[in-house]
Amino acid sequence: MEITILFFLTSGLFLGWALGANDAANVFGTAVGTRMVQFTTAAMICGVFVILGAVFSGAGTTETLGKLGSVNALGGSFMAAFSAALAVYMMTKLGLPVSTTQSIVGSIIGWNLFSQTQTDTTSLLKILATWVVSPILAAIIAIVLFKLVAVFLRHAKIHLLRTDAYTRAGLLLAGAFGSYSLGANNIANVVGVFIPASPFTDFHFTDLLTFTSTQQLMLLGGFAIAVGVFTYSKRVMLTVGGGLLSLSPIAAWVVVTSHSIVLFLFASKGLEHFLATNGLPTIPLVPVSSSQAVVGAIIGIGILKGGRGIRWRVLGGIGAGWVMTPLLAGLICFVGLFFLQNVFDQKVYRPVPYELSEPAIERMEKLGVAVGNFRDLHSRRFETAIAIRDALKERTGLSDEDLVTILDAAELDLMVVDATGIDSLEKSRLTDGQVQALRSLAGERYPHRWMLADALARISEEWRPREKNKINKIYNVDLKARLAVVFRTFRADQ
Amino acid sequence: MDMPSSFSLFRRTKALETEIDQFLDKISQASLLFKRAIQIYTESGCTEEFDEKLHQVNQLESTADHLRRAIETQLYTQTLIPESRGDVLGLLENLDSVINDLEGALWGFSIEIPVIPEDYRADYVALTDMVVQAVESLVLASRAFFRNIEAVPDHNHKVMFYEKEADRVSTKLKKAIFRSDLPLSQKAQLRNFVEHIDNVADKSEDVADRLAIYTIKRTV
Repeated sequence: MEITILFFLTSGLFLGWALGANDAANVFGTAVGTRMVQFTTAAMICGVFVILGAVFSGAGTTETLGKLGSVNALGGSFMAAFSAALAVYMMTKLGLPVSTTQSIVGSIIGWNLFSQTQTDTTSLLKILATWVVSPILAAIIAIVLFKLVAVFLRHAKIHLLRTDAYTRAGLLLAGAFGSYSLGANNIANVVGVFIPASPFTDFHFTDLLTFTSTQQLMLLGGFAIAVGVFTYSKRVMLTVGGGLLSLSPIAAWVVVTSHSIVLFLFASKGLEHFLATNGLPTIPLVPVSSSQAVVGAIIGIGILKGGRGIRWRVLGGIGAGWVMTPLLAGLICFVGLFFLQNVFDQKVYRPVPYELSEPAIERMEKLGVAVGNFRDLHSRRFETAIAIRDALKERTGLSDEDLVTILDAAELDLMVVDATGIDSLEKSRLTDGQVQALRSLAGERYPHRWMLADALARISEEWRPREKNKINKIYNVDLKARLAVVFRTFRADQ
Repeated sequence: MDMPSSFSLFRRTKALETEIDQFLDKISQASLLFKRAIQIYTESGCTEEFDEKLHQVNQLESTADHLRRAIETQLYTQTLIPESRGDVLGLLENLDSVINDLEGALWGFSIEIPVIPEDYRADYVALTDMVVQAVESLVLASRAFFRNIEAVPDHNHKVMFYEKEADRVSTKLKKAIFRSDLPLSQKAQLRNFVEHIDNVADKSEDVADRLAIYTIKRTV
């Protein structure tokens, strides 16, 4: 078992390497491209902060699985991570900054198609929106910020050499912060899937200091990203830092700072929560991505300077790369899964059957689905998501949302609450009350996983989701992550 | 002031700023000494006082050279101002050639000891005055390039103005010399000295022209 896991882990590390090779350019590309920071200095700082971010903030929700968590067999995760990494690697070879997350989503869609799982259309729309929204927002912010900096410099009358020193310090600082959040935000995608199967054991240095197996895994993932930065990120850095537009050092700082501002304002759940709890108006969260934001910010500067300096061929290449990345990842994944399953005889997905059982129908009714429309299908079993969807397709009066609710309620996912599982959860982030509630359910079996969630919510306040609003959003997401851990622990069909 | 080592970048920057200021000071001082030296020469010839001024300019020139080399080395070894490094280098070297020309002209007086007839002395002094004003304006423009880029044109146009004035005075002076009864050899020698002095203004104008381009490059 251990050897298999280690083997599967390699694709996660490959993904980490590809991520480092491509995404480091978002935080240090302009600094290196303008020769303000040497590549080795940038790589060193980036590597160190990526690792710090991965180990200390990546563990924010230790149970986090990342996007690949929706893939339900380790073999499938291996191929999804591998194909996402391969697609990003190809783009890196061409020197194009692309989004690793979008590559992963692409490969998951490939897996969905292969395993006949329903694909959430919103994730596709999100990618499309990102290509447009991120660059526009970043361009606007870059233009405003550049104007402000220009006015400031005109009035401050700072010595040329001092401006240079401040800009350099600003670039290093922005790069270090960016690298930290790069590690924190992406480590889940690199090693998240392997956390439940971590081959490491906890280290105890003293009674106070524990280096958990999860942290060790994240450290390994962080190293993979850092190695990617060192070995292969220069090419993309040069595209970002000078290939698209020749930037002045101050423009370089404006670009990387605007990109961070965009991510902070429009993608930060923490900021939304902070604003909401203080009764302030929130900024709508929109899908934004780091690579797209950086390119947008550069174009913003280009437009400000009259648009003459922008190399449109390079921009066209980058745009094509954005579109190609998820497509390529999906295609590679689909083909790869076929080989992995049929040639190497590996389990690449766990089939998910559906049954319109009595409790499932009850739940649907409670959630407002017109169940009368498919009364004849009651208590029928379907082997795949596609099968149940096709059976329901002809029924009138069912919206897309209804379909999602039906699939959610009807999915068969046998949960058996056993003592060993509960013991293993004691060490995780669950509260005492939450573990207590689980203990009182020991020995119970639930054909649908939502039934376990409902049972837990009935017993304990601590398992009950709060009212849906912006303030409670983070709490509910966290609760969901904990539930996901519980489901994974008690899933009977592993 | 004690600063933690993490601020060494800023400390080095401060030291370099001072060096650049000192370099510009040397050029300004050399031009003022040049003016004094020419005054002394026209009034009392190649006296000890004149030699002393020459010696001072000579020392300023070599100090400026040292400073320039130190600044250039630091700019390159610490890879500072990557965007303007070449321009700054060009500026410093051209300014250095201005101080060289000042020194060269004074050496000329010291070696050849030309006899300047009474009639032309005032014009020599007037020419020197214009030239020195041009150099002074150039030093101000160069300082502005480092500290307050928007003020560069305010000083640059004065360099052009004084160069024109110097040209006018030197043409007038040369015409007067060649229309006089002096022997041709003396006429040629006096003309050479007019040109020695006027050259400094021409050189200043060249530097100012380059500075204008560097300024445009930095503000685009």
